[in-house]
Amino acid sequence: MDSGHTSWMLIATALVFFMTPGLAFFYGGLVRAKNIINTVMMSFMSIAIVSIVWVLWGYSLAFGTGNAFIGDFSHLGLSGISFASAEGDDIPPLLFVAFQMMFAVITPALITGAFAERFKFSTYLIFLVLWSTLVYAPITHWVWASNVLADGTEVNGWLWDLGALDFAGGTVIHINAGIAAVAAALLVGKRRNPGIQPNNVPYVVLGAAILWLGWFGFNAGSAVAANDSAANAFLVTSLAASTAALTWGVISHLKTGKMGAVGVATGAVAGLVAITPAAGAVNAMGALAIGFGAGLICFYAVELLHKTKMDDALDVFAVHGIGGIWGAIATGIFALEAITGGTKGLIEGNVAQVGIQAVAVIATVAYSGIVSLIILFILDKIPGLGLRSSESDEDIGLDLAEHGEQSAVQDGAN
Amino acid sequence: MLKIEAIFRPERVGAVTDSLLAAGVTGFHYQNVTGQGQQKGVEVVTGRGGQTTRSASSKTLLVTVVSDDKKDAVVEAIVSASRTGEIGDGKIFVTEISDTIRVRTGEAGESAI
Repeated sequence: MDSGHTSWMLIATALVFFMTPGLAFFYGGLVRAKNIINTVMMSFMSIAIVSIVWVLWGYSLAFGTGNAFIGDFSHLGLSGISFASAEGDDIPPLLFVAFQMMFAVITPALITGAFAERFKFSTYLIFLVLWSTLVYAPITHWVWASNVLADGTEVNGWLWDLGALDFAGGTVIHINAGIAAVAAALLVGKRRNPGIQPNNVPYVVLGAAILWLGWFGFNAGSAVAANDSAANAFLVTSLAASTAALTWGVISHLKTGKMGAVGVATGAVAGLVAITPAAGAVNAMGALAIGFGAGLICFYAVELLHKTKMDDALDVFAVHGIGGIWGAIATGIFALEAITGGTKGLIEGNVAQVGIQAVAVIATVAYSGIVSLIILFILDKIPGLGLRSSESDEDIGLDLAEHGEQSAVQDGAN
Repeated sequence: MLKIEAIFRPERVGAVTDSLLAAGVTGFHYQNVTGQGQQKGVEVVTGRGGQTTRSASSKTLLVTVVSDDKKDAVVEAIVSASRTGEIGDGKIFVTEISDTIRVRTGEAGESAI
């Protein structure tokens, strides 16, 4: 065990943890004032529930040996995960479990933006358990699981074997959540009376800033070491966010004459999403290109999707789905051999890498889309559950209806 | 000229304003207010998980001034948009007012409404 690597990964794990409360504020500021507590609670309860699922069986399904498609039950309740580091481990095994747990927590929380302001809370809590188990764990296994058996054979996830580049989870986290968001928005239906303006713009910017900070742990931590790759990931992460924020701001200024804070904050998040798979593959110039593309593509994706009948309330698909797909493909374009440690991208002449990246995108879209639809469809049909809040709960607001609380209570009311 | 003050459920404000516009009312203002009527408060969760009945409840107070002949239509517009049939639907108060002055031009009377 190396104390330098371990120190950094402890901090990185805490940074990724903090992204979920950051997301709570990012989403909470965007909804109407009567639904802010409900929106914050959706993220917060993911921390409470998915952490437990992770140590009981989620980690085992995601990182257990199993086969190319799913792990196994060999680490149920973290059995077989040693407290003590083995010879040659950079970090303690339990630290890797904790680091990955924070990724498992934030992914379903990202989806909640799609069905904000109208989803039944009790059903959501069950959705967290099912989705983490049936969608998140297998896709994580495809991309990141790599186990060596006693006889020396490697058992890897099939996308790992294919050579898909996904440094920090562009497919596993963002495309996955973005597509599940489409399934959820379609099945739960449109809001009865969607709001026009976000209730608290500074909360949106605060949330985006917390996400940006946490993303240093997310991307630079995905080096799973304090090394050159982590430093590069740290730098390119911030650059992509800056470029995408600026790009979004400039486009909206050209179109409307004003640069809104919500747009710039959303642009920053789109840039962070897009750089996620690329953080271990591109240099600073690549990050500028990826950030510019993310700002441009996601801006128009939001515009276009608002013209459809789907009510993805907080644009999860446009930002995480489309941004994630752009990031995955762009990783294949801008990857540099010197940074990936062996894999070249299109700009170094390796056309095939773009194809490999596309396979990873299509597989994630297909699996996550279909299984998320099935999970939500079944939850909708179970008596006593159902996806949709009652009409009166939706009108009164889910803060009072589901939680009995209000975000801001005047003194005179007590 | 009549001043119509309506207190109703906050979640009905969009329906009420739509209904008023459809009834030909050209201006109104509204605010969220807190107070007490026959409903005697609402169930709320206290700071750390206890449940209690708060004596006051949140309502929206909408104020509009209309000519006398519009009274019935405006009252009906508000009632139809805000009634649920449950206790806590609110009240409407109608008062006569003596004058209206348009600030920009200084004109007074019904034409200033």
